[in-house]
Amino acid sequence: MRTLRFLLQKEFRQIFRDPAIIRIIFMMPALQLIILPLAADYEVKNIQISVIDHDHSDYSRRLTNKITSSGYFKLSQYTGSYNAALNNVEKDKSDLILEIPAKFEKDLIKENEAGLFVAVNAINGVKANLGASYLQSIVRDYNSDVRLKWIQMPRFSPELNIEVASSNWFNPHMNYQIFMVPGILVVLVTMVGSFLASLNIVREKEIGTIEQINVTPVKKYQFIIGKLIPFWLLGLVIMTIGFVIARVVYGIVPLGSFLTIYAFAGVYLLAVLGLGLLISTYTSTQQQAMLLSFFMMMVFILLSGLYTSVDSMPEWAKWVTRFNPVTYFIEVMRMVVLKGSSIADIKNHIFILLGFAVFLNSWAIINYKKRS
Amino acid sequence: MKQFTSFIRKEFHHIFRDRRTMFILLFMPVAQIIIFGFALTNEVKNSQIAILDNAKDADAASLITQIGNSRYFNIEKTLYTQKEIDEVFKLGKIKMVMVLPQNFGSDLQHFNHAQVQLIADASDPNVASTLTNYASVVITDYQKRITNEKKLPYTINTEIRMLYNPQGKGAYSFVPGVMAMVLMLVCTMMTAITVVREKEMGTMEIMLVSPVRPLKIIIAKAVPYLLLSMINVASILLLSVFVLDVPINGSLVLLIAESILFTLTCLAFGLLISTVTDSQQTAMFISLTGMFLPTVMLSGFMFPIENMPLPLQIISNIVPAKWFYIIVKNVMIKGTGFNIVWKETLILAFMLFALLGLAIKKFKIRLA
Repeated sequence: MRTLRFLLQKEFRQIFRDPAIIRIIFMMPALQLIILPLAADYEVKNIQISVIDHDHSDYSRRLTNKITSSGYFKLSQYTGSYNAALNNVEKDKSDLILEIPAKFEKDLIKENEAGLFVAVNAINGVKANLGASYLQSIVRDYNSDVRLKWIQMPRFSPELNIEVASSNWFNPHMNYQIFMVPGILVVLVTMVGSFLASLNIVREKEIGTIEQINVTPVKKYQFIIGKLIPFWLLGLVIMTIGFVIARVVYGIVPLGSFLTIYAFAGVYLLAVLGLGLLISTYTSTQQQAMLLSFFMMMVFILLSGLYTSVDSMPEWAKWVTRFNPVTYFIEVMRMVVLKGSSIADIKNHIFILLGFAVFLNSWAIINYKKRS
Repeated sequence: MKQFTSFIRKEFHHIFRDRRTMFILLFMPVAQIIIFGFALTNEVKNSQIAILDNAKDADAASLITQIGNSRYFNIEKTLYTQKEIDEVFKLGKIKMVMVLPQNFGSDLQHFNHAQVQLIADASDPNVASTLTNYASVVITDYQKRITNEKKLPYTINTEIRMLYNPQGKGAYSFVPGVMAMVLMLVCTMMTAITVVREKEMGTMEIMLVSPVRPLKIIIAKAVPYLLLSMINVASILLLSVFVLDVPINGSLVLLIAESILFTLTCLAFGLLISTVTDSQQTAMFISLTGMFLPTVMLSGFMFPIENMPLPLQIISNIVPAKWFYIIVKNVMIKGTGFNIVWKETLILAFMLFALLGLAIKKFKIRLA
């Protein structure tokens, strides 16, 4: 026990005497939590539209007005030639082209039917689909306006009609930041935990100070635990800073209890630190350790469901997510912060993570060799 | 010249003798392309939903079957009370509940009008709105099926064509992004770290007292990474053409020339970082926060720039990856020529010279 205490004293001194680490601890959460959620806005708005009007009629102008006044679209160009519009799309000045053919008004009234042509820049598939469906619903609205003008509708609907009423629970204003901030907090804790822990032992290897430890009677598990505890505390401190920022900047207060979150975070950090330590026992230079942990973090974070939902991934990727600690923490964080889930709701997650923690740390202890 | 080539050879030895690093550097783009190409989609399918059927009549049953048959939804659970909705949402697996009111069937038969309620777990707003949209489409289809659709007067038909990416593949927008990310990582982070490493180890001193001019030492550091980046560009392009079916619509020569320009810009940035830092850890964190995060966040490849608040939009202009992303998207996917991207190219070239100038100015021949 005494040995461990001295080891801890050494580790804490090492951390607090490195100004770079102190800066990272306070800069990273602030930077990421303030900038990332502002940038990560997937909501599609301000779609630039080019309207090609061959008709120049009252109806075509009214349609154009209806589209631009909807709030989703911005008229970037009103032209008479398709090539000019396409050129605009090539320069990324517009995302969508609406072509109103000549005789649009005449066809609609005399022939009972008129066509419109829409071309969408589909490089970004999501934006293209949403843009096209917004436009279609505006055209549908416009269409029924026209009908109302020409035919008298009976009071009761003559055709069958199913009305769909939808409601959004937990986040009724569909605020994207409430969704992103807890996830980014997880990434933050993960990055700090795994990067700093993996760099730490390797640094001792590179500088040569690990030799000095190896010749002492310090046991392997004591050494690893001595490395683990400071970073474990550091991770929790960073998470706390993160929650303060989330409260002050975004007004996000978890619906569930902090106790649940911290209990889970405690177990989670053990697992992530175990991974970091494991990486450091397998590498011999800081460069290798950095690159390796960077690579693993990238895969873990991309496949964690932070940006895209796990449900829509293919089977093999879903399998990977089951062995990915980040997935579990992001799920738990969102459940507790947004829905107020209790410890009973997340007990499976805790057991799985406990398994990860025991497995990774024992592997790291076994793999750490005192002989070189 | 001979000294110079032997310095380059030395750098190659550094890279090749570190198998693990080499493997990761060459394997990283492959893994990224595969993850982005196959695992990350914003498309929603097979979402788990639950049904609360208060009606239990024939019409309700047939609507439920229709929902269950669509490829977007898997009906995981049948609920019996309103209270259960909250419970299943808290467990986290079920993303939407469809509630059918008590007299769904009779309302439909007698009044021609019935209601369906969709309750979505909007903790993920995007998934919630997509699911609600899809469910509405399925319900509309069901409605069309049970009425014999009559043709209405005064109909406007809209014909929609998807330009450049008719199948709506996600790969079209991320291949250019992955290219920017990988080049940035290899060039900026790796160069910054190798130079700082020599400082940390003390070998920089040995090189500085050699007869080779300091500028040449720096160039020799950069050459192997330029080469490595080109290998990565090649593997990304090959994978995207042959595995993901993303075509190269524009000129390959132009694409490669632009990649070299971007790589050089990244190298210059890496050198600049290395001149102002002394420890590998600091160098890594500066390249991570100064280059990697902005590249991921502000280049327009993960998140749309036009949605960001104005200050971020302005900051995004100084991120080299943003311009490279625009160039690659244009040349590779849209197939446009140099006449469309000359402005972006000029901006990148300007950034290259500014960064390089700064790096050379800051480079200290004497050690502290």
